[in-house]
Amino acid sequence: MKLFSPAAGRLRRFQEQFAHALVDPELNDPSGGVAQLVAQPGFAVYRNTVRKGCIDALQANYPAVMRLVGEEWMRAAAAEFARTHLPARPMLLEYGAQFASFLAEFAPAADLPYLPNVARLDRLWTEAHGARDETPIEPRQVTALAPDELARVTLRPHASARWQWFEQQPIFTIWSRNRDRGDDVEGNIEWRGEGALLVRPFDNVQAIALSRAEVAFLDACAAGQKLADAAQAALADEATADLAQLMARLLSAGAVGRIDIDRS
Amino acid sequence: MPFATQLSAGLGLKPQHFEAARGCRADGLWFEVHSENYMVDGGPRLAWLEAVRAQHPLSLHGVAMSLAADDEPDAAHLARFKRLVERFEPVLVSEHLAWSTWRGAYHPDLLPFPRTVEALVRVGANIGRVQDVLKRRIAIENPSHYVRFDEHEFGEIEFLDELVRRTGCGLLLDVNNVYVSARNLDSDPIAYLDTFPAAHIEEIHLAGHSADPTFGEALLIDSHDAPVAPAVWALYEHLVARIGPRPTLIERDDNVPEFTALLAERERAHGTLGAPARRAA
Repeated sequence: MKLFSPAAGRLRRFQEQFAHALVDPELNDPSGGVAQLVAQPGFAVYRNTVRKGCIDALQANYPAVMRLVGEEWMRAAAAEFARTHLPARPMLLEYGAQFASFLAEFAPAADLPYLPNVARLDRLWTEAHGARDETPIEPRQVTALAPDELARVTLRPHASARWQWFEQQPIFTIWSRNRDRGDDVEGNIEWRGEGALLVRPFDNVQAIALSRAEVAFLDACAAGQKLADAAQAALADEATADLAQLMARLLSAGAVGRIDIDRS
Repeated sequence: MPFATQLSAGLGLKPQHFEAARGCRADGLWFEVHSENYMVDGGPRLAWLEAVRAQHPLSLHGVAMSLAADDEPDAAHLARFKRLVERFEPVLVSEHLAWSTWRGAYHPDLLPFPRTVEALVRVGANIGRVQDVLKRRIAIENPSHYVRFDEHEFGEIEFLDELVRRTGCGLLLDVNNVYVSARNLDSDPIAYLDTFPAAHIEEIHLAGHSADPTFGEALLIDSHDAPVAPAVWALYEHLVARIGPRPTLIERDDNVPEFTALLAERERAHGTLGAPARRAA
């Protein structure tokens, strides 16, 4: 053991240079202290492990995208994404929050205009899967409310509920058919807008197609609007919506986590 | 007695094996998970881990505390780790002598650093911080090495020994990492094992490795994608003959086989450990 250590700050400079050399494959001749490390064959192991860790995580987190584009395309896109988007947090289960927006700008994906939205649903599934546990409200808890209470009620979406409307693209259908490696569903896809709800009332994430009115209703509930206002929002989007049926569907899906009653 | 003496050989727990793991009644069996894979707010992963934990001792193995970064442990990450420790009351908690997060970016690997006095002070302070927050001792694992540093001021064992002295931490000895590092850096794995401070070893890791696709056997990778290699088993048996039984984990993170295949490897380690009597820790 040497008795004299160089001035403090050397570790910091080392990590600065090492981290830079790690993600920049062009940087084979870095200046500074890491040059003799980068020159060794073993340095590539660190580069490869970091890259593989990111790519494997994206492949696992975006299974419907992966099935649509194939493994080779997926891993190439993931490698490109990882180069500029290292994980911000060390939980790789949630890595890739910006992957959908990345795909929207990714030139090789230009022929697949639905791909970014399929990635958005894969992402919402991840969010629903790891969200806080909450016992969903049962339909009878709402039907049991007195009329004067109903007027003062706000339905709060379930902690795991994630939903989105996709304009002009049947994203729910495309996503559902590609999410699981089960039997292929045959039949043509009608090219029109679709909504989707992903919710985990208990153990498993459920995927449910939503109408435009149902999406508007959930949006209004999430914004804290009273039941009557949320109903108005649903009707504003789809004048013929059946409100009783809409609420029954959402409640039985477990999409509501809490009933707030305004007692003021 | 600081060691969890009721533990024999354990297995890294993979989600696809939850059901089989929960029902398995092998003697002295325990499970270990990577803490980061359970840092979620809720959902089936945590529920499954609860169910396994109800039947078996559990070890939490962190891969991302980044103890050797020239920075304090990330407060949010440490808080998440603490929540897991409080919820699952693990029998063992461990981390690595490595860094992975730098300037807010996580590099999914265990990165090396020059073992200097400056690094010793930093890593020691970081381990101390983690132990203070978790309110328990953690064990520190020796990583695999792929590059040679000119700047080391300490040998790895000397460095770990000094960390134990400064922080009271325990050690996790990964025998596969010892083998991989010795092959890559042309050193003697037996000499390493024979000088490793036996009194502080709380846990042993065993895993498979693979040869680099370009450089072959001259560059071994700690890939955890294969069964434990014969040479690593031989080192393990040599180690246990010297230090006696310690909780030993079979790790597999890629090309994960059926549960029974992993259990067969565990049985071999269990046999080497001589099936220690079950006692309270």
